[in-house]
Amino acid sequence: MARKTYIAAIKEALAEEMRRDSTVFLIGEDVRIGVFAGTRGLHAEFGDLRVIDTPISELAVAGAGVGAAATGLRPVVDLMFGTFLYLAFDQLANQAGAMRYMYGGQVKMPLVYMVQNGGGISAGHHHSQAVHPFFMNMPLIKVVFPSTPRDVKGLLKAAIRDDNPVVFLNHIALGGQRGEVPDNDEIIPLGQGEIKREGRDVTICAAGMMVHTALKAAAKLAEEEVEAEVVDLRTLKPWDEELVLASVAKTGRFVALDESYPVCGGASEWCASVAEKGFASLKAAPQRVSNKPVPMPFSPVLEKAVIPSVDDVVAAVRKTLS
Amino acid sequence: MNDTILDIYTRMLRIRRFEEQVGKLFSQGQLPGFVHLYIGEEGVGAGVCAALRTDDYIVSTHRGHGHFIAKGGDLNAIMAELFGKATGCCKGKGGSMHVADVSIGMLGACGIVGGGLPMASGAALSARLRGTDQVAVTFFGDGASNEGSFHETLNLASALKLPVLFVCENNQYGEFTPADKAMNIKDVADRAGSYGIPGVIVDGTDALAVYDVTTAAVARARRGEGPTLIEAKTHRRSGHAEGEEAFLAGQQYRSEDEKAAAQAKDPILVLRSTIIKQEIATAEQLDELDRDVTQAVAEAVAFARASADPAVETLYEDCWI
Repeated sequence: MARKTYIAAIKEALAEEMRRDSTVFLIGEDVRIGVFAGTRGLHAEFGDLRVIDTPISELAVAGAGVGAAATGLRPVVDLMFGTFLYLAFDQLANQAGAMRYMYGGQVKMPLVYMVQNGGGISAGHHHSQAVHPFFMNMPLIKVVFPSTPRDVKGLLKAAIRDDNPVVFLNHIALGGQRGEVPDNDEIIPLGQGEIKREGRDVTICAAGMMVHTALKAAAKLAEEEVEAEVVDLRTLKPWDEELVLASVAKTGRFVALDESYPVCGGASEWCASVAEKGFASLKAAPQRVSNKPVPMPFSPVLEKAVIPSVDDVVAAVRKTLS
Repeated sequence: MNDTILDIYTRMLRIRRFEEQVGKLFSQGQLPGFVHLYIGEEGVGAGVCAALRTDDYIVSTHRGHGHFIAKGGDLNAIMAELFGKATGCCKGKGGSMHVADVSIGMLGACGIVGGGLPMASGAALSARLRGTDQVAVTFFGDGASNEGSFHETLNLASALKLPVLFVCENNQYGEFTPADKAMNIKDVADRAGSYGIPGVIVDGTDALAVYDVTTAAVARARRGEGPTLIEAKTHRRSGHAEGEEAFLAGQQYRSEDEKAAAQAKDPILVLRSTIIKQEIATAEQLDELDRDVTQAVAEAVAFARASADPAVETLYEDCWI
């Protein structure tokens, strides 16, 4: 075990998988320079053929990934920001997710789209949105949103080895986060959540940066002798519904915390499932904590007001207790 | 060369007889969904695909039956797909606008105008990374050349010097809108200049001319010299979609003169007369070929009709691996 940053863990995962499998390659704008440092330095080892800088053409690059995956390679397409995926929507919704099914199983689609997701760095609306619900809504696209260096490494390696299209979201404000990362070749299976803190009174379910918000809220609640269990989903689709329902069966209370908009957002989806399948365990109405439904403002003060805070989570937990 | 000419003619005839049958079946209400026929454009698909190897890739359009057949696709498999049957090339899950046979490099038709271009560049990139000399061809219409994906992909393919051919089938209509109302240039090939690649115009009703320009562009791509934009001027002898009268509700979008002009130069008759004139085959031999092809199409219809619908249990098959 060594302590490493979230970004360093991403780079390790990419380098290890590229060494392990010559069909893995990296493509996107400025992947050679590595704007977020996750891809920096890989060109020196893997060269022009496997670390490919492209024009700023998200639709074309996303589609090149589809064509390469359908013909035997494992592309990792780096499109920088989640919001840039909006420019490539056709290739994800109409092609990447659907092609294998639409063609009756004739192709595999081992394809990773890697972007930064979420806000918190005052980058303004075009660089601060949490985009995951759009992709959770697309049939047969997997969505991953890790919260720690260990998870980002193990999950990225799993995503690259997966034979299905994966939207891999790195939280934009977690790049410098440090944590223990195992030295071995750890693979964290997609679809498997993890209990990041055990508790008996209430279940808080989250992913990405919100896991840290939930942990801070749990620490605060502990001062009032309320023990919150924090479930880190890690993968948003397929998601570990079983783990969440088991936790709710134990605690009887549920807070769904998600850094996205409330309408058709992550929190809405998780609450719906718990209400539908875990209703008998519930002692109180499940609560959603989501972003405020406005474009992301630039001002640090206003941005802070949009993204769920520790206090928002504590207040939601209190509602389940009252 | 004589074998190649007969090969191209056979591909065209297979497309024509198949599409005529599909039009008939559709009008009788026997096919679900929409169909867009390739009648009149056979010279392009056949000329291009005859210049390719089986392991080269093509990406097609919503008007894709002809490309599937030109690349060597099985008539039974595509007919059954159009009927939505389990024996279809995509097990009944794709339909007319998503026919594919990856085993012969036919990476699929595409219901989104301009949706196929980016994928073809990816297939070309894949060939380069795997160290093969395969090329990828993407077919698209004049309408798709107004999509962002066209411009992004031509630029990307040029910048990365990818072994890809962009084949624009300019049939002069994007759905019901004439091309000259949708762009202020006459030739889509002019757009190649913006991306620093060759733009070649060819008569799409002359399959042999299409074959020649494709052969040259393929050789260039295999030499590592990058993409070519080929604009084949062609005609839709049928409409945008079968049954379009329902959308048009009595409105006309092309004049009778224009329709007559489109009918006047039939790519199949053009090649037939060349074959007979050059004594590559006799009229009788070509008629016999026609009878064989017609028979094969009839058998494909029988095969499709006799095939079972997909079992509802297959709904969740071919999802995640």
